[in-house]
Order: sequence, then C-alpha cells, then structure tokens
Amino acid sequence: MPLPYSEIVMEHFRNPRNVGRIEDADAKAIEGSPACGDMVAVYLKVDPQTHVITDIKFESYGCASNIATGSIITELAKGKTLEEAKQITWDEASKALGGLPPVKVHCSVLAVDGLRAAIQNYEERHGLVKEREPTTVEFVRKRLKHVMNPVVGLDIVRTKLVKEIEVQDGVVRVVLDLSPDHMFAPAMREDIEEKLGHRWDVRQVIVEFTG
Amino acid sequence: MYENLVYLDNAAATRLDERVLEAMKPYFFDVYAVATSQFGYSIGLDAREALDNARARIAAALGANSDEFIFTSGDTESSNLAIKGVALALGEKKGRHIITSPIEDFPVLHTVRALERQGFQATYVRVDETGRVDLDHLRESITPETILVTIQTANQEIGTLQDIRAVGEICREKGVLFHTDATHAFPRVPLDVREIPVDLVTVSAHTIHGPRGIGGLYIRKGTPIRKILDGGFQEFDLRPGVENIPSAVGFATAVELVTPDETARLQKMRDRLLERLLNEIPHTRLNGHPVYRLPHNANVSFRFVEGESLLLHLDMRGFAVSTGSACFSRSLEASHVILGIGGDHERAHGSVRFTFGRYNREEDVDRVVEAIAEVVRELRRISPLGKE
Repeated sequence: MPLPYSEIVMEHFRNPRNVGRIEDADAKAIEGSPACGDMVAVYLKVDPQTHVITDIKFESYGCASNIATGSIITELAKGKTLEEAKQITWDEASKALGGLPPVKVHCSVLAVDGLRAAIQNYEERHGLVKEREPTTVEFVRKRLKHVMNPVVGLDIVRTKLVKEIEVQDGVVRVVLDLSPDHMFAPAMREDIEEKLGHRWDVRQVIVEFTG
Repeated sequence: MYENLVYLDNAAATRLDERVLEAMKPYFFDVYAVATSQFGYSIGLDAREALDNARARIAAALGANSDEFIFTSGDTESSNLAIKGVALALGEKKGRHIITSPIEDFPVLHTVRALERQGFQATYVRVDETGRVDLDHLRESITPETILVTIQTANQEIGTLQDIRAVGEICREKGVLFHTDATHAFPRVPLDVREIPVDLVTVSAHTIHGPRGIGGLYIRKGTPIRKILDGGFQEFDLRPGVENIPSAVGFATAVELVTPDETARLQKMRDRLLERLLNEIPHTRLNGHPVYRLPHNANVSFRFVEGESLLLHLDMRGFAVSTGSACFSRSLEASHVILGIGGDHERAHGSVRFTFGRYNREEDVDRVVEAIAEVVRELRRISPLGKE
C-alpha cells in the first residue's frame, strides 16, 4: 500500500521551503503549543508601502502534513499583499499539496492559522486594526470551522456536528452531536479548547458530547 | 521486498519463524480435521492429539497443568474473557469492583471501561514515573466488593515490568482474583504460576515470531469464570469455535524457540542502542524503568521533535519504529502510557519505541543510531522549540 501522503506532500516534507527564522521580522506568530502537539511559527517581512509580503519563513514542530502545509503556505503567500494572503484557505493549501488524508487535515489548518495570525500581528503592530473582537456565538462558530472532523477531513460546522454554542460571562459551551465514546471525541475536545481557550475574554471552554 | 529493512517494532508484530511455519503445515494439508471427541474418526483423533500436545507444551512453559490453559484468537480476546468472564461469574455474587492501572494495554483498559458503562466500578491504581504500580495504593483500594485485580506483567510501550509476585501476594492475602496481561513478557520474562500467585494470565503468539490470530489464557483450577462467547463446547466449554490447530501448534513451537540465550542477545543490542542514544543525542530521556524493563524494549523521548515526522524519515531510510505521538495513533490521542506516568504531551509526541526481535542483527544498532541522530538534528533545525 502506498503512503497516505501525496508525492507533493512528501516532497515538501523532505525538503521544506523557507524554513527558519527572520531575526528582524516585521511580524511573527506562533500557533499551537508543545502541549497540544503541533506548533507552527510564521515570520514575515512586509513592504510598508505596498503591504506586499517580501519574505516569509516558518518553523514547525509537528507531523508530516504540518511541515508540508507550513512549507506550501510560505510559497503561496510570498509576493502577495497582506489582504490577498489573508484569503489563503486550508482548502487551497491542501489542493496545492495534492490533497491530504482526512484525518490529517487538522494539522494543516494550524499552519494556515499561523499565517493569518502573523498577518494579524502585523496589522496590530502597525495600527491597521481597530478594537479587539469580542468572543460571540458567531465568532465561536467561525473558529469551529477550523476544527476538523477527522473522520472525513471537513470542519465540524460543515459536517453538522455542532449542535449548540453558548457564550456567557466568558464561558464558552459547545455541544457536539457525537458519542462521548467516539474514538475522536477526546481529540476534538482538545482541539476546540485549544482554538478558544486563549481568547482574551474567555475564562473557560466546556465541550459536551451528546450522542 | 523488505530484506534490507531494519524492523524494530517487534512488540507490534513479528516476522514468522520458518520453523513455526513448518510445524504448522501438516495441520493445513494432512491432519486438517477438527479435533473430534474420543469416539471420532482417526484424522480427528490425530488433530485432537496435536491440539492437546500444543496445549501441554505452552502450559508447561507457564508451569501450569494442561487443563488450565485454553486457546483464544489472541491477547485481546484472552483479556476480554478473563475480565468479563470473572465479572459475569462474580458480579452478582460478590461485587462489582475491579482494580487495574491507567497504563494497561487497550484489551484490558477498554474492557474495564466497557464494564464501567454497565455499572461496574473501577479503581485505577497509581503508578510512579517509571510506570511501576504503587503497591500500598493497590492494597488500600481492595474492598469487600472487589472481584478482580488486573495488572500487566510488562508494559507494551515503555517496557516496565511490574512486581507481579507482590501484586499476587496482596491479592491472595485479600482473597481477590488476579489477572495479568503477559503478552509482551511471555516467555522472554519467565512466569511460573507455581511460584507467582496469579489466577489468570493472557499470552499471545504474535510477539514471539508465532502466527497472528492465536493467543491463550491460563486459568488456575477453580477460578470462577464464565464464557463470553456462546457456541459449542470447545476449550473446556470456555471458548467455543472450531479450534485453530495449525496456529496452536505454531504457538507452541514459537514458545519453545525463545531461549534465554536469544533474549540475552536482544538485551545486548537494546543496551547498546540506549547507551548510544542517551549519551550522544542531547535532550533525550528514557521512558520507563532503567532496570525493571523488558529486555528487548527501549523507549526514548526526543525533545523538540514530533514522532510521526521522525518515524517517516526513519522509514525513508529503511527503519521501522513506533511512536507515542498523537499524530501517529488511530484516535489522534497521545500515548496514554506516557501521560499515565506523568509525562506531558510533548514527551509523548517525541517518544519512540524500539523493540528487538530474532531477526535483528548487532550491526543494525549503530546504523539506527546514526540515522536517528541525523533525523533528529534535521527536525530540530526546522522546529521553533529548543533554540534558546
């Protein structure tokens, strides 16, 4: 049986592009943490006039799809304006890689989130954003579109696993239409906590399973 | 196709020994009948003789009587039968409390969890940072309701050996049955039921160059247990189904081919691997106990790198190992063993298990060390961690 990864994924995994740090970066971001297993750091050099990304580098502590996606997004983002680069989706990254196994999609989302976070970091540093966005039900729903259902490799909103979202006094409650005994239940809980727990106005994330 | 592969995942599955296959062959092509009752036809009587003989040989390796050992489809079924079988026999009569450890392999852990969902209570006895069970906690945890203690002989990932004699003595003293999963220990680590007070022992052929799909359960005479599969009256009416005679013969042969000399050879390779990895690669640590561990198991965490990436790079270089990383596991969860001994996710994600077997050669050890040193260096170069 062939490896579950495409030739392009394996090629980027073996020889990742744009690896390393930019010491005098104009912006940087780290997504994930050693505790959750995957981590991506993205560094940007941006032309202050045109807002074009002139240089981009990444570092990865993660699995093959994480490394390959980190590599491909640096290629996709280089030479684009911040506005254009913001539009890069994991779908696009995954397509550019010749597809990813469903169960591995969540690792690739992290790299895309890393790029977005670095752009946001630049905008914040250079006064390009207004106020901090509050965590609302709509915001939570948007974030949950970055949490993958590993069974099919699509997000949990699109696959209709999200039954209920509640935000009250800094407590986010997410109810998933899934058995608590499902083999991926603990992994999804961890992913959701990771995506929302660090928000400035969130004290607690509760993930419940009914199924 | 894989003649140059250096296979270091012998805890997961082993290459079949040709001598095992040769011993099995007659029972596919010549004596292929079922084991008939004593009033059956000749070919069936010969099949019965082969089965009884295989049973006697494995029982002997455990110090057991022939009628105390039954064949199953493997360690998963053996542990299910041991735990659920005792629960069925004693759940109504004595109590509904079971004691186990948090680092057991899934056949035990998930069987206990399944019983919890049916109303049984479970206590997960504390283990220390090397994976050894806290015997005082075990003793305190036993109540009049306790029907079974199930503690493994050796851990599947970190290789830690439990003091099963001490566990057994505590159980004996408190009048509680004791089951041990010896899948990864038997028969390299001797276990004699005449000396160890144990009531049920799970064993399997797949870890010792025997065939897949055959295991067994030692059941001490008089142990209250009920069958969990319904069907015919095979295996002393405890495990129905047509007997897998070729595999039973293969299992017995595989048991006898494991010798102390061979195990010493595996241990020597393991020791050299550990010594070089821990001394030559910075930011590494041994998982499990330095002394009380399986002779053919090494488990090392490499900081700042993720196990699946490490595994893939090693695969491209012709080495097969295993990792406790979440990315590698089917459920995307980090190793419950590393987390269970107090390790964090990072330690689990960077953990690599090496398990030696009959077909590993001494010269492979240095090759794998060099490959790992190179891969770890490369992965650390692209990692955001460990640079400061």
